[in-house]
Amino acid sequence: MDFKLSDEQQILKQTVRDFAEREIRPVMKELDHKEEFSVALTQKMAEIGLFGITVAEEYGGFGMDYQAYILAVEELARVDGCQAATVAAGNSLGIGPLYYFGNEEQKKRYLPELCRGKLWGFGLTEPDAGSDAGGTKTTAVRDGDEWVINGSKIFITNAANPLALGVTVQAVTGKDERGRKQYSCFIVENGTPGYEAREMHGKLCWRSSNTAELFFDEVRVPAANMLGKVGDGFRTMLSTLDSGRLSIAAMGLGGAQGAFECALNYSRERKQFGTPLSRFQANSFKLADMATEIEAARSLLYRACWLRDTGQSFGKLAAMAKLYCSEVMYRAANHCVQLHGGYGLMEDYDAEKYYRDQKLLEIGEGTSEIQRLVISRHIEV
Amino acid sequence: MKILVTAKRVTDPDAKIRLKSDLSGIETEGLEFKVNPFCENAIEAALQIAEEHDGEVVVVSIGPNEAEQYVRTGLAMGGHRGIRVDYEDENLDSDLTARIFAAVFEKEKPDLFLFGKQAVDGDSGQVTQLVAEYLGLPQASFGSKIELDGDKANITQEHDGGLQTTSVELPAIVSADLRLNEPRFASLPGIMKARRKKIDVMSIDDLGVEPSMKVKTVAYEHPPARQAGVLVSSVEELMDKLVNEAKAL
Repeated sequence: MDFKLSDEQQILKQTVRDFAEREIRPVMKELDHKEEFSVALTQKMAEIGLFGITVAEEYGGFGMDYQAYILAVEELARVDGCQAATVAAGNSLGIGPLYYFGNEEQKKRYLPELCRGKLWGFGLTEPDAGSDAGGTKTTAVRDGDEWVINGSKIFITNAANPLALGVTVQAVTGKDERGRKQYSCFIVENGTPGYEAREMHGKLCWRSSNTAELFFDEVRVPAANMLGKVGDGFRTMLSTLDSGRLSIAAMGLGGAQGAFECALNYSRERKQFGTPLSRFQANSFKLADMATEIEAARSLLYRACWLRDTGQSFGKLAAMAKLYCSEVMYRAANHCVQLHGGYGLMEDYDAEKYYRDQKLLEIGEGTSEIQRLVISRHIEV
Repeated sequence: MKILVTAKRVTDPDAKIRLKSDLSGIETEGLEFKVNPFCENAIEAALQIAEEHDGEVVVVSIGPNEAEQYVRTGLAMGGHRGIRVDYEDENLDSDLTARIFAAVFEKEKPDLFLFGKQAVDGDSGQVTQLVAEYLGLPQASFGSKIELDGDKANITQEHDGGLQTTSVELPAIVSADLRLNEPRFASLPGIMKARRKKIDVMSIDDLGVEPSMKVKTVAYEHPPARQAGVLVSSVEELMDKLVNEAKAL
């Protein structure tokens, strides 16, 4: 067993750490406060190559492995979950389905631009279809050489901002021979008549990441815009979510690391009864637990990445890593606020942001309950 | 224009360091390393000069196998090729380091040899000056601005009262200060390009350097714990303490 990162992975990790400290930390509070998505910061992240990390060079990507991508997301989330979200959604949900399921023409058309920092959404969740994707109401009906899409999607990351080029949208395209709904995925470019992406505001967390509500009103796309074949939609979604879970896990791990460091630094400095808070056993045990859980989370996630990078089944470990890393960050962020006392409740300190940003991880890309369901199926309860 | 530039690995300056229990050195277990921040300034300066004058940047470091990553970082930033002198970097003092770099200079014959003004681990800040002395070449240290002017380089140094500009003939030995520039990131496109760049490994035998040291480390110790401050009730008491206890006035 070799736990050593390659030189390239180490250099990337250090680059992203330096970038996050130098470029993100100084502006993240203000962006969060204003609930503002930053085009400039996203472009800077694209310049250092954070979009298309695992995509082959011929499509404009950087040909690294999944472990490298996960390290990048982890290091971003250590400082700011919002920018980590932009990158994770950009790679896993925007680029992922096009790269893994697109035909040659589609890949050549979209991937080079997306690898340079243009963004793309993945429209799956609907107002009435969250965990139960079977409740999807958005439909696509064939009409000659076109498909006509009607419906709406909600909570779609990266879809309504000046860098967005379009979305991959999942729609019901009929029923199979056993009478079950059949799903297919379509590429919808911005500017297509009848398609609108509206930015959502008033979020508890991930406030400077871009979240959209999508509306499809008689949207006509050419038949060539189908991603994969008719009826492939469900498989595309499951595969995309399996990989996406690794990046959500990376956000949990990185966020937990950030919250832990924040808690450790503060509790070493802050004195009560003449002693640093970190030296009271009630607190040092909290910090010891955090450090231990973070290492356990890291081992689980990196092993899931190794399975994926070596071509083995990773679905079970991806669900476990997503579940565990999210919950480790919950405990770390919770301890972090607690160790800060009253100051932990104030915007001036970083603790409250970790606490807020954590919550999404137990909900997005499959709630913790759904992860437990997926794991239960894997272990054949 | 050929520029040689250093990429020393140092323990992460933001990490809290601990001493080994026998006080023989720094506990390196669990510590992370990175490129010395001042070396990053030197690399950035080298790259800017090379871009302007169509030059070659050679990144050099002394260290074991694991140190190669930090040479590679310099190549990912844009350096053209690398050199690693294979040697345990724990068994170095400023003098031996300087003699190794002087030997590398003789082998490479660059027009400019750029260093970080000091490494943020040992903070000795002696190597640049020693290298220049051993080579008998002009030196300018703590550069906050470096300008090439024909076969000369003008290096600006910051002082409390103003700026001092030194003009040196090339080849010269120059060290970089923090405000010289903002180092670029080792981007993913850069990391990809660095895959195909060559790093030569040489031993100090190859360079003909005698591995003797002038400095012997006896022991490390923790700095004395800081005394707690006291509140003073009046300006008179403050003055009294400054004059008689702190002897600051």
